[in-house]
Amino acid sequence: MAKSNKPVVWFPFAAGGTVIAFFIPVIVVLTLMAALGHVPAGLSYERMHAFATCGLGKLVIFGVVALSLWSSAHRLRCTCYDFGLRADTLAATVLYIAALAASLVVALALLKI
Amino acid sequence: MTQMKQRQVQLEVLRYNPDTDTEAHFQRYEVSCNEEGVVLDALNKVKETVDPTLNYRWSCHMAVCGSCGMMINGEPKLSCHTFLRDYEGVIRVEPLAHFPIERDLVTAPDDFMEKLKRVKPYLIPKKKKPISEGEYKQTPAQLMKFRQYSMCINCMLCYAACPEYGLTPKFIGPAALTLAHRYNIDSRDGGRKERQEVVATAEGVWDCTFVGACSEVCPAHVDPASALQQMKITSSIDWIVEHLIPGGKSARDTVSREDAGDIS
Amino acid sequence: MSRRPLVREVPPTTWYFRQPRYMRYMSREITSIFVGAYCMFLVVGLQRLAAGPSAWEGFLQALTSPASIVFQFLALVAAVYHAATWFNATQKAMPVQIGEDFVPGNVISGAHYVAWAVLSVVILHLAGVF
Repeated sequence: MAKSNKPVVWFPFAAGGTVIAFFIPVIVVLTLMAALGHVPAGLSYERMHAFATCGLGKLVIFGVVALSLWSSAHRLRCTCYDFGLRADTLAATVLYIAALAASLVVALALLKI
Repeated sequence: MTQMKQRQVQLEVLRYNPDTDTEAHFQRYEVSCNEEGVVLDALNKVKETVDPTLNYRWSCHMAVCGSCGMMINGEPKLSCHTFLRDYEGVIRVEPLAHFPIERDLVTAPDDFMEKLKRVKPYLIPKKKKPISEGEYKQTPAQLMKFRQYSMCINCMLCYAACPEYGLTPKFIGPAALTLAHRYNIDSRDGGRKERQEVVATAEGVWDCTFVGACSEVCPAHVDPASALQQMKITSSIDWIVEHLIPGGKSARDTVSREDAGDIS
Repeated sequence: MSRRPLVREVPPTTWYFRQPRYMRYMSREITSIFVGAYCMFLVVGLQRLAAGPSAWEGFLQALTSPASIVFQFLALVAAVYHAATWFNATQKAMPVQIGEDFVPGNVISGAHYVAWAVLSVVILHLAGVF
């Protein structure tokens, strides 16, 4: 039995899990406020655009979204197995590709800004 | 001798006789026990007074030997450590989950024993030295680092609690991996690289999804879930060193192939 | 006498109904569905941001639909539950030993909760909520 390459997918999962825990709840609060009609000043086009224009802003946005996506994809893969789906390779391929594709969309969007 | 307060106990025990049965079935027993008794006392009373054919393992009756593990109302427990007064109504007693039933409440521990051997749960000194050079010394802090993990009594309750072991029987599982960790973090030990050949495989720590049930049921207050998470981190660091740092592979690869090969 | 052990299969699709702690585990894992879906939603938002002011206004407008509000509430519950389970687990993955003794687990988790609260307040402030 050879050593596993699981760290490749697990390390970003662990990093993403931490990112989700620290950032996603407050981000949901912000979008929820906007949804309920109290758009926070920071969510105006000018402020968001300015944030996404600077290099640090791009890095933060990409890091948070890409790692959160990866972490969710990995956990969902394990959940599929726990729910009895034995096609683990298929589930892993589909979910990881979805996470990578979505991250690519984010990267392209950020480069456009 | 004063008469202790008595309690009527109803047990529903899973029976299986490999010579005659193709399936297991429940059997009801009712016995009178001491109010302060444990489930094991009730089973002993059944065996002594009602049904001598009932089979189960036990030895110390003081939560030290780890032989009387059973599912009690669906929860993995040591039957000598499970008080009757904590239960109302019929108490359902089944053999440990996830292990094949040998007979009645006796399970076959072969799989666990084989896995335990594979992780080399013993001290592999960094540098062998003759007795004349004295003992391998250790500070109290170095002892405390692994002490809780050394408390395992091999009762296998954590295997009965771990759903991932139930779903993926190849998984090396909580107790064996935790013992590997116990020696890995021992300051006197130099065997981590050998153990990694088992620990860092797909059926080693990577089958664990951190359910945490192992730590909740452990009667010896060992925390296998923590050991496995720590091993995932160190195994990941190993992987990075071996694959992403030039020369890292050879530095990590000093373990002799012969040693690594005799694990099976 | 030959051995004939009885092997019991674990039901692969319903095993988690057996114990409350398995249900708790599964609810933790299921948060990934809502968090993952919410991240996809953020991807759309960023894509709208890149498309210009009117596209962004349209996205903010779309947020106000009842379905979107319900979904975001679910995502909030999932994200907070994830955060709590994650912070409670860090003490296991990364214990801290000072001298002989280990720092109590709830101190490590507590430090994470404090950091989480501070970070959230800072982000809310930067976003102009107060």
